Amino acid sequence: MKLIYEQSRPGRRASSLPRYDLPPVEVPPELRREEAPRLPELSEPELVRHFTALSTRNFGIDTGFYPLGSCTMKHNPRVNERVVALPGFKDLHPHQEEESAQGALELMWRLQEILQEISGLDACSLQPAAGSQGELTGLMLMRAYFEDRGEGARRDTIVTADTAHGTNPASVTMAGYKLAKVATDARGNLDLDDLRSKVNERTAGLMLTNPSTLGLFDEHIVEVAKIFHEAGSLLYYDGANLNAVCGISRPGDMGFDIVHINLHKTFSQPHGGGGPGGGPVVVRETLEPYLPVPAVVRDGDSFRLDYDRPKSIGKVRGFTGPFGVFVRSYAYIRSYGPGLREMSEIAVLNANYLLARLRDAYELPYDRLCMHEFVLSARSLKREHGITALDVAKRLMDYGFHPPTVYFPLVVPEALMIEPTETEPKERLDAFCDAMLAIAREAAESPELLKEAPISRPVRRLDEVKAAKRAIVTYGFDEHPDLAGEESSGRQLEAQKGA
Amino acid sequence: MSQLSLTDSDRVEMLAAVGVGSVEELFREIPAAVRFQGRLDLEPALSEPELVRHLEELAARNVDTTRELSFLGAGIYDHYVPAVVDAVLARGEFLTAYTPYQAEMSQGVLQAIFEYQTAICELTGMDVSNASGYDGTTVAADACLVARDVTGRSKVVLAETLNPQVRQVVKTYAVGFGLEVVEVPHTDGTTDPVLLAAASQDAAAVVFQQPNFFGCLEPAPELAAAANEAGALAVAHVDPVSLGVLEAPGNYGCALAIGEGQGAGNYQSYAGPHYGFLAAKREYIRRLPGRIIGETTDLNGDRGYVLTLQTREQHIRREKATSNMTTNQTLLALAGLVHLSWLGPQGLRELGETCLSLGAHAQKRIGLPLAFPGKPTFKEFAVRVPGSARETLAAARKLGVHPGYALGRDYEGMDDVLLVAVTEKRTPADIDRLAEVLAEVTG
Repeated sequence: MKLIYEQSRPGRRASSLPRYDLPPVEVPPELRREEAPRLPELSEPELVRHFTALSTRNFGIDTGFYPLGSCTMKHNPRVNERVVALPGFKDLHPHQEEESAQGALELMWRLQEILQEISGLDACSLQPAAGSQGELTGLMLMRAYFEDRGEGARRDTIVTADTAHGTNPASVTMAGYKLAKVATDARGNLDLDDLRSKVNERTAGLMLTNPSTLGLFDEHIVEVAKIFHEAGSLLYYDGANLNAVCGISRPGDMGFDIVHINLHKTFSQPHGGGGPGGGPVVVRETLEPYLPVPAVVRDGDSFRLDYDRPKSIGKVRGFTGPFGVFVRSYAYIRSYGPGLREMSEIAVLNANYLLARLRDAYELPYDRLCMHEFVLSARSLKREHGITALDVAKRLMDYGFHPPTVYFPLVVPEALMIEPTETEPKERLDAFCDAMLAIAREAAESPELLKEAPISRPVRRLDEVKAAKRAIVTYGFDEHPDLAGEESSGRQLEAQKGA
Repeated sequence: MSQLSLTDSDRVEMLAAVGVGSVEELFREIPAAVRFQGRLDLEPALSEPELVRHLEELAARNVDTTRELSFLGAGIYDHYVPAVVDAVLARGEFLTAYTPYQAEMSQGVLQAIFEYQTAICELTGMDVSNASGYDGTTVAADACLVARDVTGRSKVVLAETLNPQVRQVVKTYAVGFGLEVVEVPHTDGTTDPVLLAAASQDAAAVVFQQPNFFGCLEPAPELAAAANEAGALAVAHVDPVSLGVLEAPGNYGCALAIGEGQGAGNYQSYAGPHYGFLAAKREYIRRLPGRIIGETTDLNGDRGYVLTLQTREQHIRREKATSNMTTNQTLLALAGLVHLSWLGPQGLRELGETCLSLGAHAQKRIGLPLAFPGKPTFKEFAVRVPGSARETLAAARKLGVHPGYALGRDYEGMDDVLLVAVTEKRTPADIDRLAEVLAEVTG
C-alpha cells in the first residue's frame, strides 16, 4: 500500500490552529528555517483512512492468539485505557507542585508498596522506562553498593545464564562490567559445578530469570543464592517471567536482592507495537539508598518527592518514570487484588495444557512441568523434512495465529518458545494445538505449504537480507527509488526472538 | 475474574490432560522453601465500576492544566493533541501488538514507523532515525555512546543550558560508559562558542539544546562548528515543534539530532510515557541504538517493511550490541507521526509562528525584566521577579494561575527567575490574566 508521503498533495492539510491577531516575530536569519520539512499533506478523512488501513495490516492480541514467548501477550483490559485518559492524569504537568499532584504521588506510592509485596522486597523505584532499563539500573545499583563498601574496583564481573535474554549481556556491557556465562544442566537448571567455578571475589552479582527462558523453575535456586551471598555478591532477578509466580514464589524469598518488573508484561500495559513499557526496580533495604532520585515517599497523610538521597545513582529517565504505565498497571492489579495468584496459576495451567497436547509432535528438550511458557524444538522436522522453526512460524500465520518466539533461547536448536498467558479460553488453545499438529503433518506430507507460507497475509515472506544490505530507512522522495518490483533473494534472518 | 476465560470444567479437563490432580501440583518443582505461603497482602479486588470510581478520586486530587491556567514548561509542554491521535491509538491492532519480529503479521506498525523515521529525518535534516528511544533524556545518553564508539574518545561536553534532567541522566549512564562529563556554563543565557570550543578538545560529543532550557536561541551553527573543529560529534537536542521555523540541525553541521517528542503528539501525563527521538547522518547508521525499520521486497517483488540492521541489537549481538534496548516507545512515536501528519508542513510552520508571537506578546504584557535581555526566544522565556520565584509562584497559584517554573531549582543565583512557557493553547486573554496576576503578586 502507498506510503503516507505518496498520498500528499501540496496545499492539503488536516489541521486547524488558532491564529491570534498579534505582530509576527522574525527568527534571526542564521537560525531561520528556509526549506520546509516534507511532512505529509492530507485532509483529515484521508489521514484517518490511511492509519485505519495500516491498522488492518497489523495483528494484535485483539485480533487473535499471540503466544509470543517471553513477551506475556495477555488481554489488555479496556477500563485501564479509560482511567488513564482522565484529565487529572493525562493533563497533569510533571513540574506541578507536590501538593497539587497528591493523587498521582499516592498512586505511585501505592504501586511501589504493591510491587514490594509481590517481590518480597523492601523498596521500589518506578523510574526505569522498560525492562532493559530496569536491568541496567539494577547493575548500576550493584556498582554503587560495592563502591560504597570499597569493593567497586575489585568486583568487575557479572554472571549470567546461557539461556539469558540478550538484554542481560548487553546491559552488563553498558554498565561497564565483564561477563561470565554459566551453562545449563540436563534438567534445564543452572549447572551448579560450572556456576561454582565462575563465582569468586571478583563477582559483583548474578543476573537470572526464574523461571528461565526455557519456562523452567530453577530447582537449585536456594543453593544458587547461597553461593553468591557467601561470595559477598548480589543476586539480580530479571522479572521478565514474573507472570508465572505472582503469589506463588517471591524473588525476595528466593534470595534475590534486586528485581525489575516488566509492567507491560505481567501487569498488562498494552505493548503498543513495541512499547511503551515500564521497568520498576525493587530492592532489599540495604540497596535502598542507591535508588534513582527522586523517590516517592509518604509523610503521614501526604506524599512527596525526596531528592535528598546522597548515595543515589542519579537519574535514569526524566522525572519519576512513565506515569501512564503506572496508572494502567495499578488499575490492573487492583482489579485482581490477592487473586493475582490465580492469574499466575491459570497462566501455568494453560502452558502445561499446550505442552501436553504438543509434546508428541515436536521435540521437547527438557521433559518437566513447565511454568508459564515452554520451549519446543523443530529439530526433527528439519532433519527429516527440511522444515525449520521459521517455516512453522510462517505457516501458523495462515492458520490465523501469531507465531511463537523462534530461535530463542539459543541453547535449543530450532526453538519454538510458546507462552499462552492466562487470558485465553480453552477453545483458542485447542485451535492453536490443532494448527500446530496439522503443521507437523504438513511438514511430512506437503512441506512446500510451509516453505511457501504465509500466503494469507498482506505480504509474502520478506527479504531481510536485502533490507539490511540496502538499508533504505526513509522514504526517498525523489532521491532514491523504492525497491518495489525488484526480485527477492527470499533470504531471512533466523534470529527473531521475542521479549 | 473477568479477564480469565476458563470454566471450572475446562480446568478439570486440562489438569487431567496434563496429568496432575490439582493446580497446586503444577508447582511441585518449586522448592518448598521458596514457595510463598498464604495470600499476598493486597487490598481486595475491585469491580470495574468501583475501580473507575477509585481512580477518579485519585485523579481529582491532582490540579491538572484543565483546572488551572498553566504556563509550565521546562521540557514538557501543553500543546494541543488532535483528536485523530486518540482515534488512531485506540485501534487495538496497534495498541495490543508487540515489536514486529514477524514482519508479515506487522506491516501496519512497520510501515507506520518507517513513515515516522522519515518524518523525524525531514524535521531534523538527518538521514536515519531509530524507531524511538525512551524519552528526551535517555536519547542523550545514547548519543554520547554513539560518539564514544565513533571517535574512540572518552569525554563528553554538555552545555549547561541543556535541560538539567538530560544532563543528570547522561551523568548516570556515563559511569558505566567510562565517560567523563564536562559542563560549559552559560554566558547571559546562551552558550559562548569560544568557551565551548575550549572545552571540546578531545571530546567525543558536544551536546547543546536549541532552543535551550531557558527558551533562548543558541548560536547553534557556531556551536556545531566549534564541536566539529575539535573533532567531536555535534549533537543538537531540539524541540520538534520548533522545527517549522528554526533551522534543522542537519543543515548546520550536526552529526546527531535528538529530543523529547512529547510536544508532538503526546499528552503531558505527568511525564510519560513519551518518546525520545534520535536521528543521525548516514555514516553513523550501524552505530545507532534501538530498532530501525527498513524497506525490502517479498517473494513476489512487492514492497514491504522489516526490522533491519538487527546485527546491531542485543538479541543477536548480545554483549557487543550497540544498546540493550528492546521495548521502546512505538505507540507514542506513532502518535508523533499522526500529529505531524495532521499538522503538515504548513501547520507546523504556523504553530511555530504562533508560539513565537504569543511569547513576544507575553514578554511585553508581563512587563517584568527579562533574565537574558536581547536574546531571541522560542515558546519559553525567563523573567526576573522581585524576591523569590517560588514565592511568586505560590502566590499566583492561589489566584488560579500557574505562572511557570522556578529556575532556582536547578541553577544557582536564579532564585528570582521564573521560566514562562506559552503554547498555542494559551490565548492573548490568558496572557492578560497572567500579567494581571503577576502584577498583583509582585506589586
